[in-house]
Amino acid sequence: MKNTRGARFAALAAIGGLALAGCGSDNNTATTTTGTAGSASSSSAAGSSESAPATDCPSGTLNAEGSSAQKNAFEEVVTAYNEKCADLTINYNPTGSGTGIKQFNAGQVDFAGSDSALKTEEKDGVIEVDAAQKRCESPAWNLPMVIGPIAVAYNLDGVDKLVLDAPTLAAIFQGEITTWNDPKIAALNSGVTLPDTAIKPFFRSDESGTTENFTKYLKAAGGDAWAGEPAKSWTGKGEGKEKSSGVADAVKATAGGITYVELSYAKDNALGMAQIDNGSGAVELTSDSIGKFIATAAADGEGNDLRLKLDYATKEAGAYPIGLVTYEIVCSVNKDAAKQNEIKSFLTFFASSEAQSLIEEIGYAPLPAEVQTKVAAAVAALS
Amino acid sequence: MTAITNGLPRDRMLSEPRDLDLRGKSGSRALKNSVATAVMWAAFAIAVIPLVWILLTVAVKGGHLILDSTWWTNSQQGITARREGGGAVHAIQGTLIQGLVTALISVPIGVLTAVYLVEYGRGRFARIVSFMVDILTGVPSIVAGLFIYAVFITTFGFTRAGIFVCLSLTLLMIPVVVRSTEEMLKLVPNELREAAYALGVPKWKTIFSVVLPTAFSGIITGVLLGLARVMGETAPLLILGPYTKAIATDLFGGNMATLPTMINQDRDQAVTLPAYDRIWAAALTLILLILLLNLLGRLAGRFSKV
Amino acid sequence: MTGVSIADKTPGSHGESPLSGDGASTGRLGDRLFGGAAIGAGAVVVGLVTLIGVFLLSQAIPSLMKNEANFLTSTEWSVGGDHPRFGILRLLWVTVLSSLLALTIAVPIGIAVALFITNYAPKWLSKPAASTVDLLAAVPSIIFGLWGLRVFGPRTEGIQNFLREKAGWFPLFKETTVGSFTTIFLAGLVLAIMILPIITALSREVFAQTPTTHKEGALALGATKWEMIRTAVLPFGKPGVISAAMLGLGRALGETVAVMILISSLAQGTDFSFSFFDGGETFASKIALGAGEFDTPQKTGAYIAAGLVLFILTFIVNAIARIVIERRKAFTE
Repeated sequence: MKNTRGARFAALAAIGGLALAGCGSDNNTATTTTGTAGSASSSSAAGSSESAPATDCPSGTLNAEGSSAQKNAFEEVVTAYNEKCADLTINYNPTGSGTGIKQFNAGQVDFAGSDSALKTEEKDGVIEVDAAQKRCESPAWNLPMVIGPIAVAYNLDGVDKLVLDAPTLAAIFQGEITTWNDPKIAALNSGVTLPDTAIKPFFRSDESGTTENFTKYLKAAGGDAWAGEPAKSWTGKGEGKEKSSGVADAVKATAGGITYVELSYAKDNALGMAQIDNGSGAVELTSDSIGKFIATAAADGEGNDLRLKLDYATKEAGAYPIGLVTYEIVCSVNKDAAKQNEIKSFLTFFASSEAQSLIEEIGYAPLPAEVQTKVAAAVAALS
Repeated sequence: MTAITNGLPRDRMLSEPRDLDLRGKSGSRALKNSVATAVMWAAFAIAVIPLVWILLTVAVKGGHLILDSTWWTNSQQGITARREGGGAVHAIQGTLIQGLVTALISVPIGVLTAVYLVEYGRGRFARIVSFMVDILTGVPSIVAGLFIYAVFITTFGFTRAGIFVCLSLTLLMIPVVVRSTEEMLKLVPNELREAAYALGVPKWKTIFSVVLPTAFSGIITGVLLGLARVMGETAPLLILGPYTKAIATDLFGGNMATLPTMINQDRDQAVTLPAYDRIWAAALTLILLILLLNLLGRLAGRFSKV
Repeated sequence: MTGVSIADKTPGSHGESPLSGDGASTGRLGDRLFGGAAIGAGAVVVGLVTLIGVFLLSQAIPSLMKNEANFLTSTEWSVGGDHPRFGILRLLWVTVLSSLLALTIAVPIGIAVALFITNYAPKWLSKPAASTVDLLAAVPSIIFGLWGLRVFGPRTEGIQNFLREKAGWFPLFKETTVGSFTTIFLAGLVLAIMILPIITALSREVFAQTPTTHKEGALALGATKWEMIRTAVLPFGKPGVISAAMLGLGRALGETVAVMILISSLAQGTDFSFSFFDGGETFASKIALGAGEFDTPQKTGAYIAAGLVLFILTFIVNAIARIVIERRKAFTE
């Protein structure tokens, strides 16, 4: 009992330590850039053709929420934007497309990021388009902003070039083809010696837009070969790993492994990437080939609502048909003019060639020129 | 309740001599004894290996980053997965603030519950309370998070915020505080209470100015240990606590970073990227923070000889 | 980390419990206020636990009503859309199997370490040894998960493959669709390491309380050290060890992030297997995996239903621990 003073001191020290959560700095401007995809400095040269217009720099805070697929791109663009306009803080919360739209429609965030455009048909008692209209008191626009190519990554010693097509992929991911030297694979890869290694497919165990888009492709291009319905949760066979890093790691560690994963993860882990035969020849995954795929997409919305109808079954020569588009969903007319100005300023930069080539370096693909022009026009029309 | 020593009367063990064969066979008995000794040492070695292994892993992979001064002064604002630099101050602050608020809510409830159980509680209601504390001890952290989510987010329609993380952590911390405080209050000699009563001090004042101060340091130990437990908790934050790279101190709105969510965000990156080094550094920071709390707890405990 | 206190089973150091209060209560305003606050705090705790149960139930019921599969016996998990089909059988199995494996490993080692610290370790070692094991409890679970995946897991591949090959005829060790080391087996091992400090700390506390007279009595009768422990220390500590084990089991059942990182998920429609070398999700890891997509009440409700079962499971484990201890008390009193 006599020593409670000492204990009190200890307690005070503890509480003082907690209270000392005082100062710190958000200013990280002097940092260096490294990484496998090259340095950021090279980007300014690449984006010189059409540099971002010198918009006035608003100050304030923007909150956005939604798709985790565009998280890395978004952060990269925000960082670059803040080098120009330091006074606008932009938070992005990668909680998933559905949550993003829900939060946007509830007025909790300023804009949403989603891997699919606002739905026009009823789902769980809500028509997303109508709810968004109600929230904005004006139509909401879907602006395609980030293209995320999905690589079919594999780990097979001695096989540097592998060609696959939708029916074969469907069979592999449904456990119907179980060894790499299966005649169906061999037929697509004449001249390549395929080992008799067992195929080990890996899928995403968390719900994800990547899974949804990959299965959309299998369903559309594979015909009857894919039995399940496209969904965010996996309906095929294989072994599930959590998140993109999980599947990429697993393939890296497993001889005979194969998975679908965002391009950047395949690159960072130095995994082999299959070429896709879309019916008119094998196509390698490049910004160019994924751009061709996006360019084949039909415009599905009216005016400046730029929703795209991706044609996964495209037979366009040189188009790599597996990828996803992340839309930024915004109010076309916003009651809060200052807020809309902030959104406009940021999205103008996002749609610029400078920002688009920045995200290309980290494994996304830039918008095809035609789409980019439309998006820029739509952003300019926000009021 | 007097002579039960953990359920066994004092004289029971030695009344069973059949377990003890004391005649002869000293060779085999000695052998058994040596084997048992060896097993104990081996068990200790087995228990120590993973600990050293984990600590070494974390220290080796994250040590160089936390030696950098920016780690303790800067946030991750403007730092992408591919860039080096930045710090963890936003996450450290978030962890400390949430820990503090959690403690502020759970300590009064926990201590008062313990006071009730020790000083007031008799009969059926006290038994129910005691049982409920046991249940609360067993509530998995993810269920605590889910409960807060079900109440505040889906039912009342709030957005997720730091305060809800604190509430879910409170559920986890209360039972730890109750149990350790209870233990400490029971150690306060009855003579002290009796002396106070004899002087005509009312019961509430006795508890307030005699019993609680006597047990104070012990209670602090329990609080700090409980705090150490909830600060490393990740599961409720997955549901309730969105991350941000910037310094954020508003518990009632917006995202707020904590060390566990920082680790959780950055672990979804390729191993080759700078972000991946930061998870080990954040882990090391978290371990150091928890260690510090444990040490403080123990320091307080050292003085709690009542 | 002293969650369950020994103190509510053993009297204080002075052997008697505090005064039965009401005699000293004066009925003054201060007393009524303070007593009321204390009772109120107790009521808050009771209320909280009740609320948890009620709220989880109320959120889960609509989803359960829409469920087109049997919630208890189905192994499917598809919670979205108009025709949700989900069941907990696989979750239950993985949860129980991984936790029991952890318990089987951690209890004997935990007891041995506790005995080592209280009875075997030289004096200079026993305190540092105790704090070292306690340190394990300071490591957050997400770090156990990452360490298990990146560092420890790959090193268990050898033993896992050995068991698959040599004991594969036994259902528990059968080879499954999961080829790598990220199995229930690995999760069990890591969980064992995670609950070891809890079990050790609590057992240590009880063993340390063994009356010296018992120990000395045994030694005086000529018992070796091991015989003294077997006849004096272990029987004395048994209820404490049981409650420690139950607390560890509760922790293992509810562990989330580490398990989520460690175990491979299975594709829908994979055949049910009893094997340690299968993948899957526990209740907790399933909820955490789905947390990113809690976008409709129906989906959320399904996960909450799983959470409710986990809550009931830990409730049962705790109740059993209570009953074991109470009965033992009553039996020996």
